[in-house]
Amino acid sequence: MTKKNAVVDKEFCVACGACTKVCPKNAISVFCGKYAVTAENLCIGCGICEKICPAGVIDIMEARTL
Amino acid sequence: MKTKKKWNDWLWIWSALYLSLGFFNIMFAWLGLICFITPLLVAIFGKSKAYCNSYCGRSQLFNLLGNKLHLSRNKPTPKWVRSKWWRYGFLTFFMTMFLNMLYVTFLVFNGTNGLKQAVKLLWTFKLPWQFAYHGTPFIAEWTAQFAFGFYSIMLTSTVLGIITMILFKPRSWCVYCPMGTMTQTICRIQK
Repeated sequence: MTKKNAVVDKEFCVACGACTKVCPKNAISVFCGKYAVTAENLCIGCGICEKICPAGVIDIMEARTL
Repeated sequence: MKTKKKWNDWLWIWSALYLSLGFFNIMFAWLGLICFITPLLVAIFGKSKAYCNSYCGRSQLFNLLGNKLHLSRNKPTPKWVRSKWWRYGFLTFFMTMFLNMLYVTFLVFNGTNGLKQAVKLLWTFKLPWQFAYHGTPFIAEWTAQFAFGFYSIMLTSTVLGIITMILFKPRSWCVYCPMGTMTQTICRIQK
């Protein structure tokens, strides 16, 4: 089974924090006011943050197999 | 989803109240400085965008109008809005107009120009606003000129934000908000 994760484009993220407010797992946070980061172990890839992101910098992608 | 509301989830009331107060007494516009100074202080000393993330009343207002009241089309914000040239270009334009407003205030302070009881919307349309001016018997006229100028900025940016809220994502203003760009830049240059 492949796991899905929210992936943030750090270069274009505006760090507004809209994603942090809707995440059901508290898996996404704004790192030092720079950009949003996903905690891959908590993210369930539901895509709610992707839908709310005003900058459109979040994509749901298949997690890399380690 | 987080359901328990905290005190700061109600800050949209402050934003709505601020815009309303400007219709009754323009001097209330001075309170808007809080929304300018607080995020900068938080970014410089707190090294975070906690203001944008949790305390910005305007973002909550846009979220309320766009998501709860479904006034937004909820379409993706065009990619150029998040581009560096647009964000920094808008910040530069915004700051230029801000400095111009300070210069106009200085001219009134200096006695060169008289007080203009008007609000300039979108840097273009002059709206007569005498109804919210009740004189300044004890304070100098320049304080009223600053209030008119500052309120113009706040109203203009709210109108722009509402337009993009309707057209695109509810919080699309946040993408090119000059305060947001400034605080993010401060955070990015810090270690």
